[in-house]
Amino acid sequence: MYLELFITFFKIGLFTIGGGYAMIPLIQQEVVAHGWLTLLELTDFIAVAESTPGPFAVNIATFVGMEMGGLPGALVTTTAVVLPSFIIILFIAKAFTNFQQNKWVQGTLYGMRPVVIGLIAAAVLLLMSTGFIGEGAEIHSVGDFFASLQYLEITIFIIGSFFYFRFKLHPIKLILISAGLGMLFFGVVPMFY
Amino acid sequence: MESKTSLKEKLLTVFITFFKIGLFTFGGGYAMIPLIEYETVERHHWIDSKDILDIFAIAEATPGVIAINTATFVGYKVAGFWGSLSATLGVVIPSFTIISIIALFFQEFQSLEWVGYAFKGVRAGVIVLILGAVVKMGKKGEYTPLTVLILILAFGLASFTDINVIYLLLGGAVTGLFYQLWQNRKIANGKKTGEDK
Repeated sequence: MYLELFITFFKIGLFTIGGGYAMIPLIQQEVVAHGWLTLLELTDFIAVAESTPGPFAVNIATFVGMEMGGLPGALVTTTAVVLPSFIIILFIAKAFTNFQQNKWVQGTLYGMRPVVIGLIAAAVLLLMSTGFIGEGAEIHSVGDFFASLQYLEITIFIIGSFFYFRFKLHPIKLILISAGLGMLFFGVVPMFY
Repeated sequence: MESKTSLKEKLLTVFITFFKIGLFTFGGGYAMIPLIEYETVERHHWIDSKDILDIFAIAEATPGVIAINTATFVGYKVAGFWGSLSATLGVVIPSFTIISIIALFFQEFQSLEWVGYAFKGVRAGVIVLILGAVVKMGKKGEYTPLTVLILILAFGLASFTDINVIYLLLGGAVTGLFYQLWQNRKIANGKKTGEDK
């Protein structure tokens, strides 16, 4: 069983390209087909993974490993999911230091750099549209749009932006502050209504 | 002797830095970018601000988990193989520990209301961070009509279609190569006619 866990998560680590949630279908296919988790358990876990730190692939690997074989299982799956990245990047990093100034490498990167900036900007837009607009809201008019806005989240975003951009707050402090604001707005404030 | 201790210290710093990055990254690969940028470029000056974007590009375009790719790459640049190992272990150990504990109490964790409230806030905070990363890296980009066009296309396609990001990165890479090819020919022609500047 450990070997099967290892091979499966090595595969997941290897074939994750582009990252993010693009890999969920692959994980779902592998994990559910092996009978390691049901689809419902996986869906629940994705929700939990969103509120725990760390890369999703590592989280799911550790979780399945723990469920299947306790701590040794978790060690096997986590190592397996990390190994492909580690090996491939070691080779690339070594080559890159030698070829970085090569004009073809520079040409390739010249075209890829704006793509990365565009992708990160797209991530901001996606996160805003899922975070600031109510889930399952049907928007047919401007009125619907305003009614579906999540004002508390938007307020946290604005307060956070103000402190982060104005006072150059450390990113970790910003995360802690927004966690505090979340508890205040969604937990403490409703107690007084 | 002295260089040995300084290497050890360096490895420890790399480990601690990536441990922190692993511990405070919520919500996937993109959320890690601002933290990595802050720690490795602004705080420790391990990576040049021009190189960090290249590292992100390579990490996204190669197979494997982006966060691990980036950690391994940065670790290698700072201190070779052992640097990679320290960075990778550092970024993985927080997840590993936290998930192992959660797996034991999965049902209970799901019902922790206050954790849920905190994370509603964190999700809004993470958007601020990623927006900050766009602004910072955007400022350092070189803008020509071609790169601006690529940026807009990548943004539009990633936002409004389901296209896999790997094709966008490949598209950018191929465009860049053709641009280089064209530049070479221009220089070659310029030399022939003596118009090279």
